[in-house]
Amino acid sequence: MTGPLVLGIETSCDETGAGIVRGRELLANEIASSVAEHARFGGVVPEVASRAHLEAMVPAVDRAMERAGIKPGDIDAVAVTAGPGLAGALLVGVAAAKAYAYALGKPLYGVNHLAAHIAVDQLEHGPLPEPGIALLVSGGHSSLLLVPDVTGDVQPLGATIDDAAGEAYDKVARVLGMPFPGGPPIDRAAAEGDAGAIRFPRGKYHDGTLDFSFAGLKTAVARWVEARQDAGEPVPTKDVAASFQEAVADVLTRKAVQACQRNGVTDLLIGGGVAANSRLRSMAAERCASAGIRLRIPRPGLCTDNGAMVAALGAQIVSRGLPPSPLGLPADSSLPVTDVVVR
Amino acid sequence: MLLLGFDTATPAVTVALHDGEQVLAQVATVDAHRHAELLAPAIAKVIADAGAEREDLTAIAVGVGPGPYTGLRVGVVTARVLGTALGIPVYGVCTLDVVAAGAIAAGTVTGAGGGEFLVATDARRREVYWARYDPAGQRLAGPGVARPDQVEGRDVPVAGEGARLYPDLLPAGREPVYPAAGDLCGIVAGSLAHSASEGPVPGGTVSPGAGALATGTGLLPPEPLYLRRPDAREPGARKRVSPSCAS
Repeated sequence: MTGPLVLGIETSCDETGAGIVRGRELLANEIASSVAEHARFGGVVPEVASRAHLEAMVPAVDRAMERAGIKPGDIDAVAVTAGPGLAGALLVGVAAAKAYAYALGKPLYGVNHLAAHIAVDQLEHGPLPEPGIALLVSGGHSSLLLVPDVTGDVQPLGATIDDAAGEAYDKVARVLGMPFPGGPPIDRAAAEGDAGAIRFPRGKYHDGTLDFSFAGLKTAVARWVEARQDAGEPVPTKDVAASFQEAVADVLTRKAVQACQRNGVTDLLIGGGVAANSRLRSMAAERCASAGIRLRIPRPGLCTDNGAMVAALGAQIVSRGLPPSPLGLPADSSLPVTDVVVR
Repeated sequence: MLLLGFDTATPAVTVALHDGEQVLAQVATVDAHRHAELLAPAIAKVIADAGAEREDLTAIAVGVGPGPYTGLRVGVVTARVLGTALGIPVYGVCTLDVVAAGAIAAGTVTGAGGGEFLVATDARRREVYWARYDPAGQRLAGPGVARPDQVEGRDVPVAGEGARLYPDLLPAGREPVYPAAGDLCGIVAGSLAHSASEGPVPGGTVSPGAGALATGTGLLPPEPLYLRRPDAREPGARKRVSPSCAS
């Protein structure tokens, strides 16, 4: 397979990602995570993340080049997450990408983090269906998008009005005495629990919109657990985890299928860190099968934040001959999802 | 020698190109919130203005603070990447030393009977980053971070933005207010000339203290001088969401 050789840099949250892609072929995906440094604070501390990005950046890119078996001068373009994300964290990646682009004399592409979460699936499952519906769920985002063209036409259909789905996982994990980040421990506990044990509320389930709300669910879980504790009863942690996870997966997949049906789209893609969740994956598979929708979910290592997703989007943008970003490219912590490339 | 120097540890983004003897081109912009936007175009501009090519660069010099973190990191990561991508060494210099060199060059702190002087820059949170120098520019104390009224011997001349921000507490303010990349390059060029017999360590760093300068300052690795730990507190016990039951 041929195509442009692109270095992708991702620093929007707590993962320093350096990926290398040739067209739709994944050559390297190096990730340095500062998650362990944040765990005792119960959430990502921006300054801690930014300091870690600075230290990890050059080594991550060096490892990616070595893994890909290329030299810096072989690169055709540099792509970087320009937003959305933590402002101070984004700036480390944007400044690094500019320096690589300038030093190597190659074009720079500042791209949208959410579009990159969609584009990454091409590395595993081939060209994206156009149009497709994308459900992006992570610690910072919960969005439904109509995607006629991931390089330039991404339309928001709905988003969370309060907490992101992954944020609800982190908060419920804390209620249950589990570590940060909450997704993996809740998923493990839920595997041995009864998902029908407790009927937790599904926010905005019947409101007809494609928006989400997880704050009420999180609070309902906390109240339920506190009531058991106040009564001196043991908390059935596994059942709580499974019932909570069932509510999240139910509302996410219900609205994702609705988004497909309302837009006459037969392809759904799920991305973002929460897409690694086993119940979300299995429920999405069941509901898409019965609705006649083709489902694509990248493998977990490509769902969480990484540099390959940025490189994948960058390679597609280069292939389409779209103009690059200027060296004055700003980082934008609240970059709208409709801005795929920042110019 | 073709030295590219820049400093982003203060509200100024300052970039210069230096041939070891003199400044060939220099640009500076003061904008505390746009370091990442301004730095790369300014680098491209000074190299183009001097009629040079990026491949001609022989070393990178970067101000390593102390300074507010976000801007400081923009400079340090840019320096590290340029160094590795171009295969040239990167030298760090304390940003306060750059201001001190500028003050001595301008003669603002070394008048008749010149004595010691201070450099103070904005550390936000009503504090300053400070360092104390002898009349020749040898750093005697610091860099440190403190409330301006806690800086010892603050009646001496004070270069840097700190005196402008706290004129009541640091009354003897002097130019320059911000570091200039030409002075940064001058420190590195001077240090490299003095330590030519030892030779710089290639690969992006020199050991701290190597190559002491006429001005008494030394080259540092390209590591930020944060001087503070990140603001982060471990959470206490989780707050209840249910009303407390009276007991």
